[in-house]
Amino acid sequence: MKIDREEIKKIALLSRLDISEENMGTVEKALNDVLSYVAELEELDLEGVEPMAHAVPLYNVFRKDEVIPSLPHDLAMQNAPEEEDGYFKVPRVIQE
Amino acid sequence: MTIHELHQKLVAKELSAVELTNAVIAHKAKTEPTVHAYLADSHEQALAVAAKVDEKIAAGEVISPLAGIPGAVKDNICIKDQQATCASRMLENFVPPYNASVVEKLTGEDYVSLGKLNMDEFAMGSSSESSAFAKTTNPWNADYVPGGSSGGAAASVAAGSAVWALGSDTGGSVRQPASYCGVVGLKPTYGNVSRYGLIAYASSLDQIGPVTRDVTDAAIVLNAISGHDHRDSTSIPGERPDYTKALVNDVKGLKIGMPKEYFGEGLNSEVREALEKAAKVYEGLGAEIVEVSLPTSKYALSAYYIIALAEASSNLARYDGVSYGLRVPADNLVEMSTKTRSQGFGAEVQRRILLGTYVLSSGYYDAYYLKALKARRLIKNEFDSAFEKVDVLLTPTAPNTAFKFGEKINDPLSMYLEDICTTPVNLAGIPGISIPAGFASNGMPIGMQLLAPAMGEEVLFRTAYTFEQACPECNKIASIGEVTL
Repeated sequence: MKIDREEIKKIALLSRLDISEENMGTVEKALNDVLSYVAELEELDLEGVEPMAHAVPLYNVFRKDEVIPSLPHDLAMQNAPEEEDGYFKVPRVIQE
Repeated sequence: MTIHELHQKLVAKELSAVELTNAVIAHKAKTEPTVHAYLADSHEQALAVAAKVDEKIAAGEVISPLAGIPGAVKDNICIKDQQATCASRMLENFVPPYNASVVEKLTGEDYVSLGKLNMDEFAMGSSSESSAFAKTTNPWNADYVPGGSSGGAAASVAAGSAVWALGSDTGGSVRQPASYCGVVGLKPTYGNVSRYGLIAYASSLDQIGPVTRDVTDAAIVLNAISGHDHRDSTSIPGERPDYTKALVNDVKGLKIGMPKEYFGEGLNSEVREALEKAAKVYEGLGAEIVEVSLPTSKYALSAYYIIALAEASSNLARYDGVSYGLRVPADNLVEMSTKTRSQGFGAEVQRRILLGTYVLSSGYYDAYYLKALKARRLIKNEFDSAFEKVDVLLTPTAPNTAFKFGEKINDPLSMYLEDICTTPVNLAGIPGISIPAGFASNGMPIGMQLLAPAMGEEVLFRTAYTFEQACPECNKIASIGEVTL
């Protein structure tokens, strides 16, 4: 499977990354090198194999329903690039 | 200069913690211009803790084995009010408002940290060359990379600018640099050490681990940082043993498996010779060497990269310029995020996000991600069967010794191949340790990897410790790493 420039642009938009025209060639080669290497997985017989997302089987990790201190609001806002009245401020989302 | 030796000196009042800390700071000032292991210093805080430890010693109080011994922490682990940049422009000005769980635990032990250590950007790399801020060199020879992504951790310990360090290991990032720098690096069982406060790369694989001068020190640091944590839902419940009790110089009757797939083509001949010699040493000490086969291991690197990059693309989606980290202003939200991410992330991080997004995207999920998760199951099952026959597995840590700067940075795939022996271990969640096993003809260190079943750190320590006692010449220190106290 080969990934072409159109596909890379689509993926870049989904990833919120901007790939310049001059970098496109390098990115295309690097991505295809890796994708053709990992294509070896097609050689494996995976029929009926249960996918494994985690190495340690832990299910339903519960804790007591108790209020414990968490990060205070002002500390959570400490690294905000822009803030107003204790909220994160961003550029307009819905255009007028 | 090990934790356990220095602890004895502190307790015997041959040396004060402040004197020790000052000595290591002075040594660091000499090594840093060449090694560049650190991204930031915290000498004042270090000396303040050291003074507190000296007061405890003077008052006759019992101090913890780590108390007052200067170490350092990889820059993706959060220490409150100290920068955590992940060696990325994205987090250049990020100051965590909280401590990672490991840092909280270490604070309870009166740990001394001299600063934050360089790494590959967001822990993505095998040479530390992808750091946005510093070029860490190998203390054995500055023309060579220290390995990665915990290159600063391994280089600082090898250079003596830290007695111990914390790194993180997603696909070999503690073990491979430890191997390249001739020190000990441990990746604990997934879930043994809390990941709370470790800036995420691939959450189902990430694990914090110690880098130390010897195996005893690795056990001391693991004692300090392991344990259940309710803030990490993947943390394994229950008490942890005292790992230093496992430091037993005896492998009689132990079955050590050598998986033939790890000794195939692509393995450097000097690395092979060193490990075959190590196997002979074990045999001479009464262990039984067994050949085993892990045929799916060959596919582990592919499965690893698909899974790690998929998780990375999801984890790094949070860097959008909204709540913390870099923000590049723009007229609308999408443009702001796109500009922020394109300027804030380096080339390798961007490549990995693109690949991760691709393998998760509609139409390709089944072809890549799902296949990789199934392959992961087979790899885990094979380790399980191997551990029914043997107690420990012995493999190379990396197929080669350290390479030179620039050799692989423009060919990502060749860089990924350096992780071929370490990535299966993260997929299976089992513990692995890299210990020094000799030197190549160019003087660079060779690492041996030992693996055990999940929560089998004790047998790892015993096996590693026994070899260390049998091969003192393997534990030679780089000349730059000799510290005058």
